[in-house]
Amino acid sequence: MHSIRPKKTMRIDSKTARWVNAWLLLLPAAVLMVAFTHFPIVGGFFASFFSTARQGRPSKFVGLDNYSYMLNDPVFWQVLGNNFLYAMGTIPLSVGLALLMAVWVNGRLFGRAVVRTAYFTPTILPMIAVANIWLFFYTPQIGLLDKIRGLFGLASHSWLGDPGTALACLMVLAVWKDAGFFMIFYLAALQGISPELEEAAVIEGAGRWYFFRRVTLPLLMPTTLFVVVNATINSFKLVDHIFILTKGGPDNASSLLLYYIYEVAFGFWDTAYASTLTVVLLAILGGLAVTQFAYLEKRVHYQ
Amino acid sequence: MKQMWIRVLCGVALAVILGGTAAQAAVELNMYYPVAVGGPITKVIDDMIAEFEKANPGIKVKAVYAGNYDDTRVKALAAVKANQPVQLSVLFSIDLFELMDQDAIVPFDEVATSAEDKQWLSSFYPSLMQNSKAKGKIWGVPFQRSTIVMYYNKDAFKEAGLDPNKPPVTWQEMAEMAQKLTKKDASGNVTRWGVQIPSTGYAYWMFQALCIQNGLELMNQDGDQTYFDKPEVVEALQYWRDLAAKYKVMPEGTIDWGTLRQKFLEGATAIMWHTTGNLTAVREGAKFDFGVSMLPASKRRGSPTGGGNFYIFKNASAEERKASLKFIQFMTSPELSARWSMATGYVATSPAAYKTATLEKYVADFPAAAVARDQFQYSVAELAVHENARVKKFLDDAIQSVLTGAKSPKDALGGAQQQAERLLKPYR
Repeated sequence: MHSIRPKKTMRIDSKTARWVNAWLLLLPAAVLMVAFTHFPIVGGFFASFFSTARQGRPSKFVGLDNYSYMLNDPVFWQVLGNNFLYAMGTIPLSVGLALLMAVWVNGRLFGRAVVRTAYFTPTILPMIAVANIWLFFYTPQIGLLDKIRGLFGLASHSWLGDPGTALACLMVLAVWKDAGFFMIFYLAALQGISPELEEAAVIEGAGRWYFFRRVTLPLLMPTTLFVVVNATINSFKLVDHIFILTKGGPDNASSLLLYYIYEVAFGFWDTAYASTLTVVLLAILGGLAVTQFAYLEKRVHYQ
Repeated sequence: MKQMWIRVLCGVALAVILGGTAAQAAVELNMYYPVAVGGPITKVIDDMIAEFEKANPGIKVKAVYAGNYDDTRVKALAAVKANQPVQLSVLFSIDLFELMDQDAIVPFDEVATSAEDKQWLSSFYPSLMQNSKAKGKIWGVPFQRSTIVMYYNKDAFKEAGLDPNKPPVTWQEMAEMAQKLTKKDASGNVTRWGVQIPSTGYAYWMFQALCIQNGLELMNQDGDQTYFDKPEVVEALQYWRDLAAKYKVMPEGTIDWGTLRQKFLEGATAIMWHTTGNLTAVREGAKFDFGVSMLPASKRRGSPTGGGNFYIFKNASAEERKASLKFIQFMTSPELSARWSMATGYVATSPAAYKTATLEKYVADFPAAAVARDQFQYSVAELAVHENARVKKFLDDAIQSVLTGAKSPKDALGGAQQQAERLLKPYR
């Protein structure tokens, strides 16, 4: 009897110790996550039901007022539409281009290292610096783009000053900046594909395109999922270039949801309405993440 | 026992010494500073600060350059809200109501109390003080101040057969001259535009000039009422739109504020409207003969004043406020104001500054430097209302939607007025 008891205590102790150990390891990250991610999310959610305090007018509970204001705010709908266009334009283009570049520089190619570096360079440059460079590409009359068009006798165009082209200009910059980054992931995945598969395919007489479509592409699906999720997040969270290039103009034609949130929060100091918009942004991103993982996960083939 | 007493005495002595040095330690001032034009602005400011610190060893000033006016306001207010030490700033003169609403600043009347201080407060040009006064108090002191002026390329005038010493004085004249100045190449593409008025960043400012010239101000003195939908205002916006749509002397779409100076310097436009704060940068960059004149008139001449004022923040201690005042008085003294004006093109803020020997000589050699000052007689306060940033955005959006051809002036301005009305009602 006596000989068994200490053994039992020890077993419980070691189990508890493992528990405590695990939680201690999780603690630093958890504290940071709660303090800087989860708490602000909950705080923002609550703030969206209150009015913004102004001098002489303290904040008070207003229910869904901020939300009904949002539904009647034409700028909100416009930036939401812009963001949708922006995502639809940049995600397929940057991912497609990344895949193309990766396949290209994965093959035997003279000066391969140089080309790889060149493709990757836009990624390492800070967005603000890049946007300033592109500002002078786009500047009408004296910018690079118009100088080139001038050689062919084409008239100068106010690229960033025309609501029809301003958003597209931002999209081109985003694709240029992101594609190289995504290429790295594809490149790594391509090098992980066993060469035996290709040899086997050649023996079986499969064409290169057939092999790419039926073997390479499915094997790249985990990477594609990762890249698409990242591209989607980027299309909602990267707005640095707007500050430099257009400030959202003309007439909000190139404004995106996050940029509008910044304007409302720090330009107008309407923190309640900014919280409301943030809740919407979070809902969109959360919804996207769930669908992507739920839908694409089924089509992803892990090796 | 004896040893313990010695220890206590030593402790007391140490505390006294430390306390003494703490009292003597430098007062540290943090100042946010906006940069809205080209040229080595930060270097000029840093040099002035160094000079001040040399003359006042007890005070240290740190300037934080935080982007354009809007960016700087955002950062300064964020610092105030986070209880970061920021004792004074140069911010937009028109941010006055916004800063008051946020309860961020103190009136100068509370800090500048001696007879000398009062004298100093009344030494500035009255038209520059218009954006400083509210509720019977003075909240801002003019420093980086400007008006809009017209820069024109004299060589282009000669080429077009116009008298290079007679810039346009009316709207009609400007449109007609601009038509002559607009140059096309063989395939019919424009290589040089007649005139360009920037419409990003500070669109409302340029527009306000047009409205004043057309005989109406955009808002009332109390900053709680706007007049965006009045016929004079609609007419002014129609003229701006017509420069591109009807006269074909200005490019379609919006025109970027930041790159316009470069376009003028490269001869891509014969006339530009811009802040006088760019004068020195244009002078240094121009490879052709250029002139500067007041803006043309419709019913009258006019330009809003613009630029930045010194503000003292509420969360500065009494000692810091006094040090801030000392610094501001130094920076706005006639000599420094004159030097600042010569280095940038911004107007010197007091008549005394224009009477200093250096600036007098400079103006005699380079008469363009006095155009902005001479325009004071026609200038009015810049658009400043409660919730300024938001109201300004309504107007900016309306202007841009008209200039890009999306809306008619009447519809766009009517919408902006409606939005502004809803926002400003509670302040009346």
